[in-house]
Amino acid sequence: MGNAMTKSLSIVLTGSGGAGVMTAGQTLLDAATSCGLYGLMTRSTGPQIRGGEAAAMIRLSPVPVQSHSDRFDILLALDFENAERFAEELPLDAASLIIADPAAGELPAFLRACEAAIGLVPMAKLAKSIAGARVSMVALGVLARIIGLPETAVIAAVAESIGRKKPEALVASEKAIRIGTEMAPEVAISRLALPAQPPPDRWSITGNEATAYGAMKGGVKFVAGYPITPATEILEWMATALPQCGGVLVQAEDELASINMIIGASFGGAPSLTATAGPGLSLMTESIGLAVASEIPLVIVDVMRSGPSTGIATKSEQSDLNIAVYGLHGDAPHVVTAPLSVADCLLTAQWSVHLAESLQTPVIMLSDQSLGQARVVIDRPADIVLPAKRLVPEVSPDGYKRYAMTETGISPMAIPGYSGGQYTADGLTHNERGTPTSQAKDHIAQLGKRQRKLDAFDFSAYWADIDGEGALAVLTWGSSSQPVQEAVVAARANGIEVKLIALRLIAPAQPALLSAALAGVDRVLIIEQSHTGQFWRYLRAHYDLPRDVVPNYCPGPLPIRPGEVHKYIQREARA
Amino acid sequence: MNMITSCKPADYKSAVKPVWCPGCGDHSVLLSFQRALAELGLPPEQVAIVSGIGCSSRIPAYTNCYGFHGVHGRSLALASGLKVARPDLTVIVASGDGDGFSIGGNHFLHACRRNIDLTYVVMDNRIYGMTKGQPSPTTEPDWETAIAPDGTGLSPFHPLVIALASGANFVGRAFSGDLAGTVRLIVEAVRTPGFSFVQILSPCVTFRPDQQRAWKQAVHPAAVTETDDPARAARRLMTDDGFNTGVLYRGNREPYQPAPKAYHAPSCLETEFAL
Repeated sequence: MGNAMTKSLSIVLTGSGGAGVMTAGQTLLDAATSCGLYGLMTRSTGPQIRGGEAAAMIRLSPVPVQSHSDRFDILLALDFENAERFAEELPLDAASLIIADPAAGELPAFLRACEAAIGLVPMAKLAKSIAGARVSMVALGVLARIIGLPETAVIAAVAESIGRKKPEALVASEKAIRIGTEMAPEVAISRLALPAQPPPDRWSITGNEATAYGAMKGGVKFVAGYPITPATEILEWMATALPQCGGVLVQAEDELASINMIIGASFGGAPSLTATAGPGLSLMTESIGLAVASEIPLVIVDVMRSGPSTGIATKSEQSDLNIAVYGLHGDAPHVVTAPLSVADCLLTAQWSVHLAESLQTPVIMLSDQSLGQARVVIDRPADIVLPAKRLVPEVSPDGYKRYAMTETGISPMAIPGYSGGQYTADGLTHNERGTPTSQAKDHIAQLGKRQRKLDAFDFSAYWADIDGEGALAVLTWGSSSQPVQEAVVAARANGIEVKLIALRLIAPAQPALLSAALAGVDRVLIIEQSHTGQFWRYLRAHYDLPRDVVPNYCPGPLPIRPGEVHKYIQREARA
Repeated sequence: MNMITSCKPADYKSAVKPVWCPGCGDHSVLLSFQRALAELGLPPEQVAIVSGIGCSSRIPAYTNCYGFHGVHGRSLALASGLKVARPDLTVIVASGDGDGFSIGGNHFLHACRRNIDLTYVVMDNRIYGMTKGQPSPTTEPDWETAIAPDGTGLSPFHPLVIALASGANFVGRAFSGDLAGTVRLIVEAVRTPGFSFVQILSPCVTFRPDQQRAWKQAVHPAAVTETDDPARAARRLMTDDGFNTGVLYRGNREPYQPAPKAYHAPSCLETEFAL
């Protein structure tokens, strides 16, 4: 069975941490890209910084791909140390090819069991024959030859990444790549045809970079954050980028400080953001409530990982939906968004800033590890303009009321320095002027005002990506959307009419919009990556769904594969 | 902008009536805030007063400045973000011994270390007043309360020593009953660049009825002149009776103020992604 869906080639490199697997994988992607292919690379690692297990998972295709296929065509193992830890993450079959080093010893049982063809190359020995060469570069040469990438493209990609910094390492790497291509076994792999001309205007970007860049396009000028896997790259990228564009980043002492620093900066007029993962979001929730009550615009990016508690810090899951939606105490209307692909992190981050600034409320954006730490090669995204616009008082007001009752619930927000606009932002229940009060009428009025901001707002077509028609619809969100979309395309190719609805806006719920989208649908298949069906239960609580609702949920860290979703669609279409 | 727009203490007063008990030291601290701001000649809209939770943290709304009454213990973090984003503002942080030293203890260390140009005023009454009389980190070990019927048995926290050791650039102490002294210290603290820590002994008339009179008798201006030598300041503070008032340490560390390097449009970053 080949890849049932998009024409592509999937390759995984494994080895001990620090063996160079990630660099070799990245270089392979770069070389394939320079030959005109599109691609995706994700990383799977254990918790160790060095000496643990590492896998670079790559998918190459003549068309853009943003999630993995059902199986790998090629596994190249530098060694078998800890390889069994990846067993469940490496779907291989009799049509796959395993490249291994005879010096690494006997194949582990799980690799023998898949009945894949095996090609042995003494990669470690070959690397030893060249001074300063790394075995991962020999492996790179072997792979390039097998999949049909020109040696020159691979050497150029290595030169690009290490050449300038270390000329002597480049010489050794070139030799290693050459010897790898010479010694590669003759095997039958269905190669991808390389286009005559590389497509123009392509980008290579990770989800975390796209989030950071999108936020900056949205107007973010202040970021505070505390290091946490898998969100740190957002902070690191912005630490350099922000000061070039009129902003600053502060590393806080903890997440309690990060969230309060951005509340302070946003109060001061700077569109502000923090990035974290589940444990950090848990620490921040009290202060997110403060931002709701005091109506401070904020964006909190949660790059989700397997939870609860420390969970699996390096691996993905869509299980922070409940805390993002329900985690605040009191009735605290706020916005929750989710990017639908690696590339979509850009638009969703930009839109999240726009929503926060427009609505003067916190926005929690639920990215995840599978998006954030994945690198994709895509066509240059459309340049969308969504200016951050905060309603501010226009003329020197007489008797300024920060929390004035308005039809939209949105009140002009004075920024310090503005004479006559002085007010005290407060987490205490307050009246229109911001003065603390414990009277029922003030409490009810301000709760209503804050809810009205969200109820009255036009979230536009960005609320969901909707595609196709059919009596059967697949309803999904966030990172699950890409494998689902691939499955939907395959199902349609098999003659099944199916509609795809992927929610970018999780909260506030949009029951009228979804009801319209579900017109003519009598069965809904729900796909998500959580152990308790958080998304399904959320939909049941807030939406009118058709009678036939079929939830499909499973926890991380294993990715949702398009093939399994395709099977669900076929089953429900027949039922 | 004309920085000298108003100089009367009344210009910094709001119409909101304080919730504090009659006789609470915090009334005097509020008055000293107003007088200090008038002396500094800062327009109210250029000043932000940031606080957490507790009796003392109610102070921002009683002034006519911009204010933020946030969550318990996090005022220093909120103020740090504000000052970094808006270095043109004068930012004063108001806290109490529970808010600042217990729940907010970690932020205290890092605010001192970071040395952002903030003035941190802690109204210390050695008790949790708003929750009706529980021991704080500065409460004496034998002070009996409902939650610690035999006293805590714990040595009190020494905030000035910790501020100094953590890198604060200015350390001082005042007594709310000495209005002129408190005003003088706040003015000095605001004028000194970097992180200025001011402990104001501010008696709780309700849960510590002994404090008002005892402290009035105990406080005395520091017998020695201020120093910029942290080692000398540390020795003095370690042997301090807790009632020396005035400027106790003033250093010359550069404040932390990260600033943008350029003002390009974000689209300039796309070259990083383009193939």
